[in-house]
Amino acid sequence: MNKWTRRSFITTGLLAGGGLMVGVALRPGNRAKGLAQHVTSEGETFVHTWVKLDANNVVTAIVPHAEMGQGVGTALTQMLADELNADWNLVKFEEAPAITPFANHPILKGMLPPGVEIPEIVVPTVDGLLMRTAQALNLQITGGSMSVRSTGVYGMRVAGAAVQEMLRLAAAEAWQVPLDQVVARNSQLIHEASSRTEPYSAFAAAASEMTPPSTPQLKTPEEFTIIGHHVERHDIPSKVDGTATFALDVRLPNMLYATVRRTPTFGGGIESLDDSKARALPGVVDVIRLPASKAEALVGNFTATESVAVVAEGYWPAKQGLDALKIVWSETANDYVSSASIFEQFDRDISAGVDREVDVAEGDFEATMANAAQVIEADYRAPYLAHTCMEPLNATAVVEDGRAEVWVGCQAPLPFRQAIADAMGFDAENVTLHNCFMGGGFGRKSRADYAIQAVQLAAKMGRPVQLIWTREEDVRQDFYRPAVQSRFRAGLDKDGNLTAWENTYVDKHEPVEAPLIPYTPLTASNIGYVSSPTHVPFGAWRSVDHSQHGFFTESFFDEVAVAAGQDPYEYRAARLADKPRQLAVLRKAAEAAGWGAPLGEGQGRGISFQECFGSIVAQVVEVTVLDGQTQVDRVVAAVDAGIAVSPDGLSAQIESGIIYGLTAALYGEITIENGAVKQSNFSDYEALRISAAPKIETHIINSGSAIGGAGEPGTPGVAPALANAIFDATGFRVRSLPINLIDLDYKVEDVVTPA
Amino acid sequence: MTVLTVNGVKQETSVDSSTPLLWVIREQLELTGTKFGCGIGQCGACTVRLNGTAIRSCLTPVAAADGQEIQTIEGLAPSDGALHSLQAAWIKHQVPQCGYCQSGQLMSAAALLESNPTPSDEDIDLAMEGNICRCGMYGRIKAAIKTAAKAGADNTADGTADALTIIATAKETADE
Ligand code: FES
Ligand code: FES
Repeated sequence: MNKWTRRSFITTGLLAGGGLMVGVALRPGNRAKGLAQHVTSEGETFVHTWVKLDANNVVTAIVPHAEMGQGVGTALTQMLADELNADWNLVKFEEAPAITPFANHPILKGMLPPGVEIPEIVVPTVDGLLMRTAQALNLQITGGSMSVRSTGVYGMRVAGAAVQEMLRLAAAEAWQVPLDQVVARNSQLIHEASSRTEPYSAFAAAASEMTPPSTPQLKTPEEFTIIGHHVERHDIPSKVDGTATFALDVRLPNMLYATVRRTPTFGGGIESLDDSKARALPGVVDVIRLPASKAEALVGNFTATESVAVVAEGYWPAKQGLDALKIVWSETANDYVSSASIFEQFDRDISAGVDREVDVAEGDFEATMANAAQVIEADYRAPYLAHTCMEPLNATAVVEDGRAEVWVGCQAPLPFRQAIADAMGFDAENVTLHNCFMGGGFGRKSRADYAIQAVQLAAKMGRPVQLIWTREEDVRQDFYRPAVQSRFRAGLDKDGNLTAWENTYVDKHEPVEAPLIPYTPLTASNIGYVSSPTHVPFGAWRSVDHSQHGFFTESFFDEVAVAAGQDPYEYRAARLADKPRQLAVLRKAAEAAGWGAPLGEGQGRGISFQECFGSIVAQVVEVTVLDGQTQVDRVVAAVDAGIAVSPDGLSAQIESGIIYGLTAALYGEITIENGAVKQSNFSDYEALRISAAPKIETHIINSGSAIGGAGEPGTPGVAPALANAIFDATGFRVRSLPINLIDLDYKVEDVVTPA
Repeated sequence: MTVLTVNGVKQETSVDSSTPLLWVIREQLELTGTKFGCGIGQCGACTVRLNGTAIRSCLTPVAAADGQEIQTIEGLAPSDGALHSLQAAWIKHQVPQCGYCQSGQLMSAAALLESNPTPSDEDIDLAMEGNICRCGMYGRIKAAIKTAAKAGADNTADGTADALTIIATAKETADE
């Protein structure tokens, strides 16, 4: 447990008023060869976690992650407070401002072994990922379920332990007593023999003079009093009385409002614009054409085409103006692209197999298939998906004298600042970014396109501008979860054992291990991909590639179990036999769900297993399919995230991930027509509502392994568990999503065959 | 000129009378707790109460609210420093994730409990169906409504003790 502390670096300083400031930095570790040149030169330090102890004995953690609903501030603060032996009521958190010293370096560390158990097979490819991430440093990124795993473990706990140690030393010196008699408890320093008790703050100044310990003693899990215990989230009270400030709620004097429409066909442009009607509307101030924009950072990169904005005295006149615009869009090479043509292309490219890249190739696949007693094959498809964060994209900006000030909810403050600076030709130092609460992020708010538009408008107007996207724009100008197709072949021996597994899919993104299969043994396997690019912009969507591959792999594996004539749960369990941690999670979900218990009419039960972002999740779904109507009755999830720092927070994230994944499985489809997105709003891009929400039961296993992510691991497993349950209920195998497009009431006897 | 009573305070606005109430509340009155989510009556983020009834303010022209009583999230608590039993229950069940939908959820739930103090699961589904939560906190919303309903029922049955306890606990949390 102490190994990594060699790479930690702790620094202290004195605050005005006698407070203590402690920063924890990470220096390049010896694990990443060649990393140093990208991260720092020898002797440089990157302080990423700051802890402040003020004169009122209040400890403030300054957290380099954005709050998008996942409770990150609370979980990180718990880790600090526990090591510090602080009174929970005297611990606060602030989000770090978007300036370089707060850059989120541990996100890189978290990608390194052993923080993530990257399968042996793909380790060679990790270097590539690592290098790209290294180049992308100086970034604050909230994504990849990394906050608690990396910043929390490598920063918060070290900071807490170091501060506690320094305070005890300072007290021992001041009281002239042996160090081991000074106890730190509830933000107080105590020497029992002499009945002395003083608040931490009394020793802040003395502690700031000390050389911080290089290897502070961390607690063992048994010693935790706050980690793993229920605490209430600090941000919740402001979210029940309307006082939480989202970017949309920023109000500046003399502010104008704007809304925008970008070229609907991706890659297109504006042929002509007639804005006379819009300009004549009361309240409309200006109509502005905004140039295409792009960001070339390695994280959050994008290109976006031209757009037209209407600026007005309020959102409503701006929206009226937008609707009154007459825009002729230019013709593009993509005008005839449709979802159907895209999937035809995928099909062709998979069949052709040109330049197929291999993730895994073990054993002699074709020979094993030739010996198989049974062979099964299937194609699986997943559509494009939008993120539809509850809060439509928006940003507020003021531009004056070559400086920009921006209010936005975003997942990557530093890349946003850089992208804005690049778009405006400013130095990054001249861009101030205030990150607000995010009404959802899910990956969308890592691209700065909307913030750049707001800054461009504010520069043009010479007044503060709040740009608010319509929901229609939000649906049609996303960076979508990519559509994917997978082609599977599997071979079984005469006893029904899976011997050969092949998967060829289109286009690889991240994480690299998403298409892999956790089950062993296999005589031969071959997993690989072909390139089949489309013009549709894509980006990270909650759980990234796991969301499609989790559905594909866990559904097709279910087909294998059925082909073997075996119980899908037992079949999985037998093939996780050499992985006790994984097996325990699978067993927990199955037992808690009452696997095997009789079900009612039209009911079915399905199971899935998923390992991602350092956490393990198994889910059992119960479904009722009657008259073609699908009702998800119950989801039982078991999760092992190492140690649940905030158990209720982890449960909430799993519930949230399940509903997000269920919305996608049941209704989610972005359709491409004439090169553009067909859907527009919640009316045709539906979200799961309360009456369709299943009962969710989350069971947490604290295995004590490295801490895993919480925000994403709940999402991928629900679609396959549901699809497997539908098979159990109906005998129909769902191989493409969404489910509501499938006629589950189809019966062979309904088909009238002419005599 | 449109005259509204918002959270008990008389307000006048001269915006075009076809402007949806949502934008008057957010922009003219600067009460930003009420949110914009879809603009077409599909998501419920903009829910406020008009004479007690939950309405979608993104579809309601301000003219329709002329001379009427509007309640927004800022006016839900009975008094400064106190919480509505629903708000207390929302904290107890740690309902909000991102929190963006929650003003609308709470206003719909408040209208429900006022007309139906002991709602069944089906009643809750019906009343809350128009409020999307992209963070998927439906289970907690349902549980919190029941807690608040119970607090209300205990309140009428045997004094105010339980309801007040919840409020006091929640308040301490809020003060932290
Ligand atoms: S904003 Fe009114 S219902 Fe969505
Ligand atoms: S809490 Fe985020 S949308 Fe409901």
